[in-house]
Amino acid sequence: MEFETVIGLEVHVELLTKSKVFCGCTTEFGGEVNTHCCPVCLGMPGVLPVLNKKAVEYAIKAALALNCEIAEFSKFDRKNYFYPDLPKAYQISQYDLPIGRKGYIEIEVNGKTKRIGINRIHLEEDAGKLIHEEGKSYSLVDLNRSGVPLIEIVSEPDIRTPEEAWLYLNKLKTILQYIEVSDCKMEEGSLRCDTNISLRPKGSDKFGTKVELKNLGSFRAVRRSLEYEEKRQREILEQGGVIMQETRRWDEVRGITIPLRSKEEAHDYRYFPDPDLVPVVIDREWVEKLKSELPELPDARKKRYMEEYGLPAYDAGVIIASKALANFFEECVSLYHDAKTVSNWVMSEMLGILNETGKEVEEIPFKPHQFVKMLKMIDDGTISGKIAKEVFKEMFETGKDPETIVKEKGLTQISDEKELENIAKKVIEQNPKSVEDYKKGKEKALGFLVGQVMKETRGKANPHLVNKILKELLS
Amino acid sequence: MKLNELTIHEAHQLLLKREISAEELTKAVLDRIDRVEETIKAFLTVDREGALENSKKVDSEGDYSCALAGIPVAIKDNICTKDLKTTCASKMLANFIPPYDATVCEKLKAGKAIIIGKTNMDEFAMGSSTENSGFFVTRNPWDTERVPGGSSGGSAAAVAADECIFALGSDTGGSIRQPASHCGVVGLKPTYGRVSRYGLVAYASSLDQIGPITKDVTDCAIVLNAIAGWDEKDSTCANLPVPDFTESLVADVRGMKIGLPREYLGEGIDPDVREAIISAARTFEKLGAVCEEISLPHTEYALAAFYIIATAEASSNLARYDGIRYGVRARDYDDLLDLYKKTRSEGFGDEVKRRIMLGTYALSSGYYEAYYLKAQKVRTLVKRDFDQAFEKYDIIIAPTAPTPAFKIGEKTDDPLKMYMSDVCTIPVNMAGLPAISIPCGFSNGMPVGLQIIGKPFDEATILRAAYTFEQATDYRKKPAL
Repeated sequence: MEFETVIGLEVHVELLTKSKVFCGCTTEFGGEVNTHCCPVCLGMPGVLPVLNKKAVEYAIKAALALNCEIAEFSKFDRKNYFYPDLPKAYQISQYDLPIGRKGYIEIEVNGKTKRIGINRIHLEEDAGKLIHEEGKSYSLVDLNRSGVPLIEIVSEPDIRTPEEAWLYLNKLKTILQYIEVSDCKMEEGSLRCDTNISLRPKGSDKFGTKVELKNLGSFRAVRRSLEYEEKRQREILEQGGVIMQETRRWDEVRGITIPLRSKEEAHDYRYFPDPDLVPVVIDREWVEKLKSELPELPDARKKRYMEEYGLPAYDAGVIIASKALANFFEECVSLYHDAKTVSNWVMSEMLGILNETGKEVEEIPFKPHQFVKMLKMIDDGTISGKIAKEVFKEMFETGKDPETIVKEKGLTQISDEKELENIAKKVIEQNPKSVEDYKKGKEKALGFLVGQVMKETRGKANPHLVNKILKELLS
Repeated sequence: MKLNELTIHEAHQLLLKREISAEELTKAVLDRIDRVEETIKAFLTVDREGALENSKKVDSEGDYSCALAGIPVAIKDNICTKDLKTTCASKMLANFIPPYDATVCEKLKAGKAIIIGKTNMDEFAMGSSTENSGFFVTRNPWDTERVPGGSSGGSAAAVAADECIFALGSDTGGSIRQPASHCGVVGLKPTYGRVSRYGLVAYASSLDQIGPITKDVTDCAIVLNAIAGWDEKDSTCANLPVPDFTESLVADVRGMKIGLPREYLGEGIDPDVREAIISAARTFEKLGAVCEEISLPHTEYALAAFYIIATAEASSNLARYDGIRYGVRARDYDDLLDLYKKTRSEGFGDEVKRRIMLGTYALSSGYYEAYYLKAQKVRTLVKRDFDQAFEKYDIIIAPTAPTPAFKIGEKTDDPLKMYMSDVCTIPVNMAGLPAISIPCGFSNGMPVGLQIIGKPFDEATILRAAYTFEQATDYRKKPAL
């Protein structure tokens, strides 16, 4: 039997507000344990939460950017459960009146646009963190994170493959970074993802039994765990078995999922409206104002790059995926006549070196105008394209100006015909076999000879001139 | 007259005239505590050194212009006091010293009041007799065989026994008014949102309110002036102007329209209490007010609904006492779950456990609609009863408690009987209204309280009615201790 995979994602994202969602403590990451706390986020007796309006604003912005309907009337509820990282033994969250509903994200699957529904976006507080020390019989609690604002973004079960899940996550991250409500750093825990996955016979409109996956530390882990789980469930179903409704944990090292708890052990969170907070009335003027403040979103930017700059869809997609990269690109384009050249450099050299060094766009030590200066040096023949790559690498390492690098390393292109002619004559003398081949009509042999001249000049020769000179000498 | 017997306004005049010092006043109160506390047991903590030191500081500054400057106050032990143990009369918090002041304490301190100690109560304010204290039972100064009422029994007894000049209590279902009634003193529950709850250890957040327990109505207005007002730390606190409540202390109720709900005078109300309330109504009429019988038809459902809502909120509010961060932790445990179970089993008393279980049940999946949501609907109906009555009437009068103070141990075996003690006060919390209890008579030597209920944020009118009644009658007496 053929099966269809059904996947839904629950993504938690920390908001970039300066202070926590229900008290004035800083949200800064890091810091000595238990120093970013006050009686309120420590859940001491008698304290009360006061809603941070900025957090609501960020949640609304996120909901707008994800095409959600914004609630006019929203409220907070208590989600009750015991855990040492949860100081009040309840989390202030939103149950039946979330800030945003019925949104969507569009992803590109095999060249086609696919819409993934978003069921809801709600605002809540983060919990603290447990620190388990190896070999100790106890755990420690760090409450610096307690009360940091989170939004939970729940997708519809519209995702059909692990790849789509991965694309959805990337798109979500890009959008949230564009609107600057979260930095979405999975390694710092500012973006966390749980997934639900089930299989059903192809063509069926009923959902199969779902399994929830937890402990997904990276986008790659999300994809791999879903791939594993998809295979696991298919094998069970193919052998006539049944899927247990349960929560499973992804084991990154072993690359498998293992049972965490069954449905019977699931919590009854006993949600009820938090009597310490008043309902949030979101007036339409505020929503309109926030909407008007939203920056150009990734999809719009991509479209513009394709239309305005004539970039291929793929290139435009890659560049807009990072807001910082797209901003860098755009600044270069504003200083340089040919967007395609900039795009080629960004796609190959820049992304290549970023990948290689594991650095972020923000860490690039040179400015767009310096990069453009380098492109112009190619155009006016000061350096060859090949040398430019060397200069680029040096710029990336040192942040020096391209002119300085060229001067210091003596990389200026040799365009003196006399000098090149002498070198060419020498190369002809040393390579009689190739000369013979060329004269017999082997065009390739000329390429070899040009290469030899370039080698002699350590790449500095103007390749167009060398070509011309060699042809003249051999004719 | 002994200094500890003074009211706030009397002591204030003497301080202003430099006839007494804050230190003398504080010493008089501490001496009184030394003499009677063994019998009354109103205090969980007496901050002798702190109080004396602060009184000397007030004297050395020499500025008594604040109405509460140099006045000794007793604070219910569920209101956080910085650096002073706050236990909620629970073994769970036996060692808890808050690193912060409740907003009301900040305000009292800013007004130079002298905090002399923390008063006994039913554990986490759950009870009507102070017998549920995790430490000991407080006795009624009028008859030490009887309860002082609860849950602010320690505060009411301390005021009645002149162990302080005034006290603060908290009222979730009658916990200020009922003990004030039983101890023959004045107790006011302000409108929900009138006084900040920040630093009041939550029992039922949508019902809790801090208020004064005083020797007379004038003091009540003075204290309300000091503690009322918007607080950025409490989202449920109303951002409304606060009038000067002492301006309401005018002995005039001519033309005032008073409703007397028949549901509060029927079955279960002690005949002496009923007689005292009817007599009070006559007094008001003689003073020129118009009294009419009214009906608040949903009254009978209020108690049941209250015990759903209050316990539901309590089950969540008290979940934080898990032995992890502060308070007491069980000594031996096998794992995390065992730590929770043992800590909470050892730390909480029976009544607290009973209410946590009730509330947890009411919120459980599958029961939420039948209990919690239904109770909220009843709450709306109870409130609507009052709203409709207040379209025609300025105040409503009723008994504060169905009976005078009962014997210690009389109702401890029967929680439902105990819950009935608050039948006259609970609807007021459900509707979020202000209400005061003032002495209005005696039954076999025990004080009876008259409850005056007002419109939302109209404490001024109930204070005026209470003041007028107080001036026209002679029920303000002192127990022979």
